[in-house]
Amino acid sequence: MTWTYAPAPESAALAGLRPSYRPFIGGEFVDGHGESLTTVNPATEEPLAEVGTASDADVDAAVTAARTAQEKVWGPMSGTERAKYLFRIARVVAERARELAVLETLDNGKPIRETRDVDVPTASAHLFHHAGWADKLEHAGLGPAPAPLGVVGAVVPWNFPLLMAAWKIAPALATGNTIVLKPAETTPLSALVLAEIAADAGLPPGVLNVLPGDGAVGAALVGHGGLDKVAFTGSTEVGIQIQRRLAGTGRALTLELGGKAANIVYSDAALDQAVEGVVDGIFFNQGHVCCAGSRLLVQEPIAEEFLERLRERIAGLRVGDPLDKNTDVGAINSRAQLERIVDLAAAGDAEGAQRWTSPCALPERGLFFPPTVFTEVEQTMRIAREEIFGPVLSVLTFRTPDEAVAKATNTPYGLSAGVWTEKGSKALWTAQRLRAGVVWANTFNRFDPTAPFGGTGESGFGREGGRTGLQAYVR
Amino acid sequence: MSTESRVTVAKTHKLYLNGAFPRSESGRSYPVRDTGGRLLAHAALASRKDVRDAVAAARGALPRWSGATAYNRGQVLYRVAEVLEGRREQAADEVVAAEGVSRREATAVVDATIDRWVWYAGWTDKVATVLGSVNPVAGPYECTSTPVPTGVVGVLAPQGSSLLGLTSVLAPVLAVGATAVVVASQERPLPAVVLGEVLATSDVPAGVANLLTGRTAELAPWLASHAEVAALDLVGAPGDTAVDLERAAADSVMRVLPRPTAEPDFTEPPGIGRLRAYCEITTVWHPVGT
Repeated sequence: MTWTYAPAPESAALAGLRPSYRPFIGGEFVDGHGESLTTVNPATEEPLAEVGTASDADVDAAVTAARTAQEKVWGPMSGTERAKYLFRIARVVAERARELAVLETLDNGKPIRETRDVDVPTASAHLFHHAGWADKLEHAGLGPAPAPLGVVGAVVPWNFPLLMAAWKIAPALATGNTIVLKPAETTPLSALVLAEIAADAGLPPGVLNVLPGDGAVGAALVGHGGLDKVAFTGSTEVGIQIQRRLAGTGRALTLELGGKAANIVYSDAALDQAVEGVVDGIFFNQGHVCCAGSRLLVQEPIAEEFLERLRERIAGLRVGDPLDKNTDVGAINSRAQLERIVDLAAAGDAEGAQRWTSPCALPERGLFFPPTVFTEVEQTMRIAREEIFGPVLSVLTFRTPDEAVAKATNTPYGLSAGVWTEKGSKALWTAQRLRAGVVWANTFNRFDPTAPFGGTGESGFGREGGRTGLQAYVR
Repeated sequence: MSTESRVTVAKTHKLYLNGAFPRSESGRSYPVRDTGGRLLAHAALASRKDVRDAVAAARGALPRWSGATAYNRGQVLYRVAEVLEGRREQAADEVVAAEGVSRREATAVVDATIDRWVWYAGWTDKVATVLGSVNPVAGPYECTSTPVPTGVVGVLAPQGSSLLGLTSVLAPVLAVGATAVVVASQERPLPAVVLGEVLATSDVPAGVANLLTGRTAELAPWLASHAEVAALDLVGAPGDTAVDLERAAADSVMRVLPRPTAEPDFTEPPGIGRLRAYCEITTVWHPVGT
């Protein structure tokens, strides 16, 4: 007999959803002068809320507010005082965790299990960690008197809306900078609630500004002459445009861009653990993760057995209502992204790879893509080279450790990698040779505010977290 | 006979590329004059192909140099100081000729240069301690962050400070385990030629440091647009080209040290900014359990 799960939905009412949201400039929610947008729930494609967006004049007003706040209030303020504001914000994020988790799931489509257990707690942890740095900067090994850069313009993507906002806001404010944040067009809500939390915490006006809008608002922000630093997380393509745009301006820049991580499974790995890690690596957040383990490199002697176990495990993943606590894989964030995944998967078929699709049931409406595995993948195929940003795994095999390293590093990206082996020396040997900002050995997708995260090569430059992350916000 | 003096052996100046001293593949050379306009010599006028060869050499040398122990790299850099100490007189001659300074000032420049090699020699095995970390993550994991060399670094050497400035921008690249392709000062290339000879006899493996002489503005775009170059130091870039070079570098998300408004005073303590600039931080996680 087949056992089924009873539905276990979280209440959407917890999100406290309002019909409309507005930009946050100079300590107040104001009417933006851009064309308002409708943010939708990707699990149903139903509208969630109207969101006012910023015009060029709003960008200008926000940067001006941030400049005034930086020079008059936030910059001169003692680190002890700055710290207390950040602690307050961190605390309230934790207090309102359930609301934020539900809101994020509604707006983004990711499972409540992930927003509840990863996004919101990690965002709060980043704020806590950096709060503690604010009054200890002279001990951070960044020189005797680290000084803020000034005004930071930050543009964050739709895959971790709250977490990425916290990753930028926390170090920027801890080091005495003020910030203008542009959340992604399809996921503006949690950043605006974060602004509300900051206002409730009494954060001085102008220290944090949030400007919803599309790429044009982002472009107006990063090109604004009043900024001292730009912090961008997103695609390599846009990152390159920003780096070109900032050429010759002397403004500081950090870029967290795309990736095409390899998960290397040696034949001596603990196979069930490795299966879990590979599944987590590519299906966490529907694969909408810059550091997703989108290429599995499995050693030939175990390839067949490993793939069998992997397919069996993947077939058990539940795809569906993101608000259901039993859901493993949620909705694709937007129709445009779903189309991109469909196109790239079709390229895999066309180039001769073998597609396997999980036999899981899919909801009848909403934006979903079933967990998919391609085997017989060649290194030259698009599915092995391009970032798919979806629940699609490409499998390659190798014979020797040298071959594994050569294949893993055969990409201009260099963000992350995974290594699975029971032999510690082999794990470390491999980690030393991989070109990646983060290497997870016998684990995957771990994040912590004390651990620097970021890429090399075309995955960008700069780190978030740890002392190295702080360094990007001081002179 | 007393009026007749010996005819000196005129030296042909060449590139320092992959541990050897080739002429430019283009066969070109250019006249190098002292600050008074007197012809000193002809130097090799490097070409686009020389840049590509140098990058290939630097790329080839990277695994061995970045994989060498920090202790070993420190000894090699100290050896550079030792060999330069032995060539102090010659180096001072070249600085006098190139920069038009007094013999005394040139000697001070050479001494400061030697001391700078010693300073960076001492950094090789301290970079990881100072820039790396053990991360106290909230979970049962061993988590460490280690600086690793970024790869091949393109350097446009300072145009004014032809030996001390050159050393100040080259030595940090080598100290962290990266490899370098350097375009020497265009008008003052001869101290770089001497330094190449020092490097060649200092146990620095072939390809780790490559010194090209020629026109900076002609060579720089090929460095800035080369996908195998990981970082670019624009300190000696011609002012009107710096923005274009930054744009070209963006296409491969190259790390860029922007051109300062004025050439830095290289007699000042250098700080660790350049060491940091050529390191990537790699964070490695591993579960802890039984």
